[in-house]
Amino acid sequence: MSGHSTYQPKSGAMKWLERRLPIASLVHSSFVAYPTPRNLNYWWTFGGILSFMLGVQIVTGVVLAMHYTPHVDLAFKSVEGIMRDVNYGWLLRYLHANGAAMFFLAVYIHIFRGMYYGSYKEPREVLWILGVIIYLLMMATGFMGYVLPWGQMSFWAATVITNLFSAIPLVGDTIVTWLWGGYAVGNPTLNRFYSLHYLLPFVIAGVVVLHVWALHVAGQNNPAGIEPKTDKDTVPFTPYATVKDAFFVACFCVLFAWFVFYIPNYLGHADNYIPANPAQTPAEIVPEWYYLPFYAILRSIPNKLLGVTALFSSILILAFLPWLDTSKVRSARYRPLYRQFFWLFVISAIGLGYLGSKPPEGIYVILSRILTLYYFAYFIIVLPLLGFFEKTKPLPHSIAESVLKEGVPLGASAPSSRAKA
Amino acid sequence: MTRTLSALIVAAALAVPTVAAAQEQQMTPPRQNWSFSGPFGTYDQAQLQRGFKIYKEVCSNCHSMELLSFRNLAEPGGPGFTEAQVKALAAEYKIQDLDDKGQPTERPGRPADHFPSPFPNAAAAAAANGVAPPDMSTLAKARTYTRGFPWFIFDIFTQYQEQGPDYIVAILNGYKNPPKDFSLPAGGHYNEYFPGHNIAMPQPLQDGQVTFDDGAPNSLHEEAKDVAAFLMWASEPHLVQRKRIGFQVMIFLIVLSGLLYFTKKKVWKAVELHPEKLEQKA
Ligand code: HEC
Ligand code: HEM
Repeated sequence: MSGHSTYQPKSGAMKWLERRLPIASLVHSSFVAYPTPRNLNYWWTFGGILSFMLGVQIVTGVVLAMHYTPHVDLAFKSVEGIMRDVNYGWLLRYLHANGAAMFFLAVYIHIFRGMYYGSYKEPREVLWILGVIIYLLMMATGFMGYVLPWGQMSFWAATVITNLFSAIPLVGDTIVTWLWGGYAVGNPTLNRFYSLHYLLPFVIAGVVVLHVWALHVAGQNNPAGIEPKTDKDTVPFTPYATVKDAFFVACFCVLFAWFVFYIPNYLGHADNYIPANPAQTPAEIVPEWYYLPFYAILRSIPNKLLGVTALFSSILILAFLPWLDTSKVRSARYRPLYRQFFWLFVISAIGLGYLGSKPPEGIYVILSRILTLYYFAYFIIVLPLLGFFEKTKPLPHSIAESVLKEGVPLGASAPSSRAKA
Repeated sequence: MTRTLSALIVAAALAVPTVAAAQEQQMTPPRQNWSFSGPFGTYDQAQLQRGFKIYKEVCSNCHSMELLSFRNLAEPGGPGFTEAQVKALAAEYKIQDLDDKGQPTERPGRPADHFPSPFPNAAAAAAANGVAPPDMSTLAKARTYTRGFPWFIFDIFTQYQEQGPDYIVAILNGYKNPPKDFSLPAGGHYNEYFPGHNIAMPQPLQDGQVTFDDGAPNSLHEEAKDVAAFLMWASEPHLVQRKRIGFQVMIFLIVLSGLLYFTKKKVWKAVELHPEKLEQKA
């Protein structure tokens, strides 16, 4: 996936294979010899963590599917059967449910990392857009997966979210009926969600291949935000990046295991242990935590069509980020003003998440509106203008220089140089 | 930058609790001590057996528990009844079945049978009780109460997962005479902890109602705790195994992370000390 390979097959069998399918040299050039910037910090391990989590979700998901029954009368019972009677079924299910949450946690960190270091800028626009596509696919997959256990929250979240499409003028209701496969969320809905929930992770895997391909063409960005110039600026992927990724994946697994084994239902919703009942609306309908910021944006706008438009724009706007940000400098390290707006953006995204879990009334709505405004202003006003007004700090001449100040080795992750007030 | 941030955080912190306080009319169930809380929690077998007795004598008159079978009572990590006890217990129940000519019949229960439900269907249960009593198989995980900020963050670290059983204890102890200005609909009962306070279930447990074979205290509070612990086991029968394996996994992962950390340090040391070596490589 990167340029030419230095791989030399040694054994006869590998030579034989190399002439017919050079897969070994492809792997070698992509994951062994591939030059990675030597100054990457641990925020760069989240791509590896995401790949690992995708693997976890697919493996646990395929085994769960062997025991799950997609039928409105049986789905809840079959999930409980997995929890009670399948050997280590509880483990599979808790891994899969909490794995989805960890997957989203990692993707949010990964995206914020990209925003902080300007990884979306030329020449990585396609890489970035592929990432946004992965994220959209993840949202769809997670939503449909949450419907499968057919608890109260499954059913009502499905009802609320599919109903969003009814806001589309003229054809809205027709689309919703088509999505449902009937006149309400029911068995046909559950069946198609199951089918798609099984399909989409493999689509994600396919897009991840493109994403990594694009990454290996453009090369990784790095905390300094400048391109590597000489071999002094990079290290080979293996062993340097491999061992660093492996270490951090193991640390991430400690967090993952904490949730799975000790607080497996913390991120879930108690109502989802009540079988779906179309005749009884729960006191509050709340989506999974990773959708909450967007839910808050949706509800901050009183008009349904505008709310839905804002909801979808808030995600799609990410795809335009490479062109909305007009600054030539990538890394926030050298952009003192951008850095402040960035952290405000992170805070407002987390704040929106909190507000999304609260009832849409009083001060909560007012705060949601303020944060929604900032969310969009960040993309539409702050980033385009900042490029013209901001006085950026001088960039280092090379990655090696940024790491080895005055010949003193500072380690692979040099601390960010902060402005002295 | 830091000043902008701290101003924002203070503003948010001020805004949030006032709203929360205004809205929280619901009483917060008091925290109980549970043998199954925390990283090393296990079920107390004697408590589960007492809880089962309460379920059998009282709650099962109205509540179903369809997802559990008699055999579950003898499985490891549970109340620890013997196979023989379970067999005898199952035989006390009458199970609807078909005979070999296909005619409906009743036969004594077997360990593999599910607990029979007190009502033939949800409509019958609702007709007899005003509201259909919820199934008890997952009840302890299907109830909770709002923790609010910042408690929900601390819960990650303290591993507080027992909102369900705490709530059940509170409900069973929460029957009071309604305040004067509260108009209770016919067939309703006033309960401090039930959302909206009007619960269709009449107070099911009284002080000293169930006598335990092991002579354990049977005040209302003790009974409520025992039955709530039993319901927690019914909802989460593999909790003990989960926490035990969890501890082993944690040790493994922490050791693995440590080893990988030192491996990483060793691998990177060479380039950190001798960056010029990278130039020779090409
Ligand atoms: C006389 C029938 C009856 C008996 C006996 C009974 N219940 Fe109930 N129970 C009900 C009904 C009816 C409801 C539904 C209440 C409602 O939703 O208003 C209910 C609801 C509940 C709830 C759920 C409250 C909520 O938050 O929705 C719990 C917990 C509960 N019962 C526990 C018990 C326990 C424990 C026992 C045994 C000690 C028991 N019940 C015995 C009829 C009964
Ligand atoms: C299933 C989800 C995803 C997987 C498995 C994945 C995987 C990876 C991997 C392995 C890398 C290289 C390591 C790294 O730099 O961290 C990478 C880089 C990158 N990813 Fe993703 N990714 C996912 C989702 C996303 C999303 C949602 C976005 C953004 C919207 C995104 C944006 C990027 C960018 C910009 C890079 C280049 C990083 C740089 O070099 O600065 N990715 N991804």
